[in-house]
Amino acid sequence: MSARPESNSESAGIALVSIQGLTFGYNERPILSNVSLEFPRGKVIAIMGSSGCGKTTLLRLIGGVVSPQQGRVVFAGKTVDATDRKSLYAMRRRMGMLFQFGALFTDLSVFENVAFPLREHTQLSETMIRDIVLMKLDAVGLRGAASLRIAEISGGMARRVALARTIALDPEIIMFDEPFTGLDPIALGITANLIRRLNDATGATSLVVSHDVSECFDICDYAYILSGGHVVGRGTPQELREVDDPFVHQFIHGEPDGPVRFHYPAPPYAQDLDLAA
Amino acid sequence: MKIAAIPARVGRFTLEGLTTLGHATHFLVDLVRGIPGGLRRPYLTVVQMEAVGNRSLSIIAASGAAVGLVLALQGYITLSRYGSAEALGLLVALALARELGPVLTALLFAGRAGTSLTAEIGLMKAGEQLVAMEMMAVDPRTRVLVPRFVAGIISMPLLGAVFSMVGIGAAYFVGVILIGIDSGSFWSSMQSGVDVVKDIGNGVVKTVVFGVTTTFIALYVGNESEPTPEGVARATTRTVVISSLSVLFLDFILTALMFSKT
Repeated sequence: MSARPESNSESAGIALVSIQGLTFGYNERPILSNVSLEFPRGKVIAIMGSSGCGKTTLLRLIGGVVSPQQGRVVFAGKTVDATDRKSLYAMRRRMGMLFQFGALFTDLSVFENVAFPLREHTQLSETMIRDIVLMKLDAVGLRGAASLRIAEISGGMARRVALARTIALDPEIIMFDEPFTGLDPIALGITANLIRRLNDATGATSLVVSHDVSECFDICDYAYILSGGHVVGRGTPQELREVDDPFVHQFIHGEPDGPVRFHYPAPPYAQDLDLAA
Repeated sequence: MKIAAIPARVGRFTLEGLTTLGHATHFLVDLVRGIPGGLRRPYLTVVQMEAVGNRSLSIIAASGAAVGLVLALQGYITLSRYGSAEALGLLVALALARELGPVLTALLFAGRAGTSLTAEIGLMKAGEQLVAMEMMAVDPRTRVLVPRFVAGIISMPLLGAVFSMVGIGAAYFVGVILIGIDSGSFWSSMQSGVDVVKDIGNGVVKTVVFGVTTTFIALYVGNESEPTPEGVARATTRTVVISSLSVLFLDFILTALMFSKT
């Protein structure tokens, strides 16, 4: 799909994150191939695609957890370099990542989880930490759950606690890895609303990795669609709904068959059942 | 065809072995380099000492008592044949300080604390807690691994001392109180025959070496475990097997080095 040029011209020059000619794979298995993307400041951007297309890997590349085989990731004008630990950690202090299942520390309470980055990176007094933690928990509607243990909260609440922890240090970019997976409709609505609301309130840039089309389209300003290691679609939700690229059409409308086949490649059915003449 | 495949298999096996050894060495160097940073917050190490040390106390003390009781009984039967029953205290003390204390403590430590460390690190990895920490610009090495490593190294000699002391106490109970050996002989034979540096000192050195070995193996295996329930289960088993074999092998080497001239 080519609704936009390869480099999003609207955001050129003000992109917080820029991915340039990036190629990455695990061992012999290619995941992303010569991908170029730009994420402007202050926007909610969705990165969508079917399972295993490299969405989460993209977030890990931005965070410097893994290094690209070719190309580079630029964050706020500086190349993300996993080998330079000091500057990588300095960059990560300006990033926040919400993991798929929260990745909360199970030996700490809700309060201590949110306080964790503050205790690690600031010299704030205990009173200040308490105030900030309660403020962040209030923003996600869980101030009353501060004293609970992680084992005592639901999956949806865990996701919100993780979000409070993610925004504890007011990051410039918040990366959400499958934030809607496994949530009931109420929790899903709350989470989607929180992503949009927090982005608008803090002025941060939000990257939402998901395969939930309707939720993403409801909250995002711009979206990229990945398939087979390439960007196959990009544009606003409205623009993407109107494109006629077969994969993008199948993905957005959730059609069971199309370029992505329902059946896994297999020999003819009759041959498997020994019915061939 | 099978014979032709042997060199390739040997080559692959060797390569995998060397790769693992390289990874493990790199991990150990990383841990050691992280110790100064990890020790800046001693409370993290103290918390881990409670987990790996204090919580292992009951099994260590119970095992020490059992070994001391049996050692005293068996020792008395053999020594009394030669009219040397008074040397029971010396026999028990040397056996515990030189060999049984360090080795059995290390084996129990690997089973109790080592598996716990491996499972904890493996589950933290499976739950993405370690990556989450990385993404928060917090080094899991200094925040998670080093405090556990240091706690294991400090706890092992202390647990070894508890094992030996409880064992000697149990031997005293059997030898002096139940059998009726002279209390003065029991203690004086021990006092005159046990060399503080050669016997107790070398025993302490062994416990430190075993502490480094078992804790390192537990952390490395946990860190390298597959982030699945099966992967963590396999990792805990591997920790016990590798640690136990390493302790027994190292004990032989250390004993040969320490006591070969005595």
